[in-house]
Amino acid sequence: MTTRNTKVMNRFDVTSRLIAKLKHEEAVIGGIGNTNFDLWAAGHRPQNFYMLGSMGLAFPIALGVALAQPDRRVFALEGDGSLLMQLGALSTIAALKPKNLIMIVMDNGIYQITGAQPTPAAGVADLVAIALGSGLTNSAWAADEEDFERLVDEAMSADEPSLIALRIDDKPGVGTTRRDPVQIRERFMHGLGVREPL
Amino acid sequence: MAVAEQQPSSQAGPGSGDKSWHGIVLQTLKRNDISLIPYVPDRVLTPLIKSLHADSFFTTFATAREEEAVGIVSGAWMGGRRGAVLMQTSGFATLANTLASLAVPYQIPLIMFVSERGTLGEFNYGQSLVCRTMRPVLDSLAIEHHTITRLDELEFIADRSIKQAVTTQAPVALILNPLLTGGKVFDK
Repeated sequence: MTTRNTKVMNRFDVTSRLIAKLKHEEAVIGGIGNTNFDLWAAGHRPQNFYMLGSMGLAFPIALGVALAQPDRRVFALEGDGSLLMQLGALSTIAALKPKNLIMIVMDNGIYQITGAQPTPAAGVADLVAIALGSGLTNSAWAADEEDFERLVDEAMSADEPSLIALRIDDKPGVGTTRRDPVQIRERFMHGLGVREPL
Repeated sequence: MAVAEQQPSSQAGPGSGDKSWHGIVLQTLKRNDISLIPYVPDRVLTPLIKSLHADSFFTTFATAREEEAVGIVSGAWMGGRRGAVLMQTSGFATLANTLASLAVPYQIPLIMFVSERGTLGEFNYGQSLVCRTMRPVLDSLAIEHHTITRLDELEFIADRSIKQAVTTQAPVALILNPLLTGGKVFDK
């Protein structure tokens, strides 16, 4: 189990490392809670979308963006608890094989935001093994920060969807997303070139 | 089958001679440039799903859950591509959280076609109970919905509802009643 050998990283740190690599207006979908709080804290970009509910839908929303804009790389950031809500989405993505979709799973084994209760998967399930078993053959644990950056670089030029999982610590997000869903959606559409501002 | 064989009130589109309910739905989707169709299947929807799969204009695929399908078409719309979700009544019943936390507050024109089980000859008590939750959930979120019972009204209701959803940036549910589709009947 490679999970046992992976370094415990920090969500805000690895999110910031990811954002620093994005040079081509890549879309980023931030899952509910701490995942999108740290995406917000890493510095707002017009191509960021922040979920304020619908737990578990970061990958499906990103899949929709990826199918609509096949020439744009689309990242989705999701927590382990959220992913457990929607494991079937992994098979949907494996079946459709969008080459421009990159899934990142932040695994701390807990529902940090609700009081740090362990998830049912903590200590018993391996999320990368689940992804591989769901048909996502390009799935891997990041051993440390440098390995994460290397995996992101590989994923940026891959010809199949990629899933990168990281073990992270139990720290909360360092920022708080402004909870204005219409503005979030509208700005995201501007960032994707779908609409012009009024 | 109690489906009336009326002619629709207006044409189903150039090159289309299919005046079945599913033929009209397909042509109406196409005319409104709705090309992404994730679904969780239903017996009644099968002819529509088959014809969508057979038409290369559409990207048609099954999802594991209806919520997932809603997430996909929401993302696609923000990326500039229109979609619609196909499901049955019991699938709609899984969607309250997603409607209330994604489609409605983000003002996403989510287009849902729901094959209605649970009424007009239902043989499964669970289906008839879950059906009774559908319209109260839609009404509680003030989501536009229409129950389509007549073939001659299908194109008008579907076409106008899709256009209204897009222009008002609001979800819509089009409920396909057994009077339109024939429904599913007890056969064993």
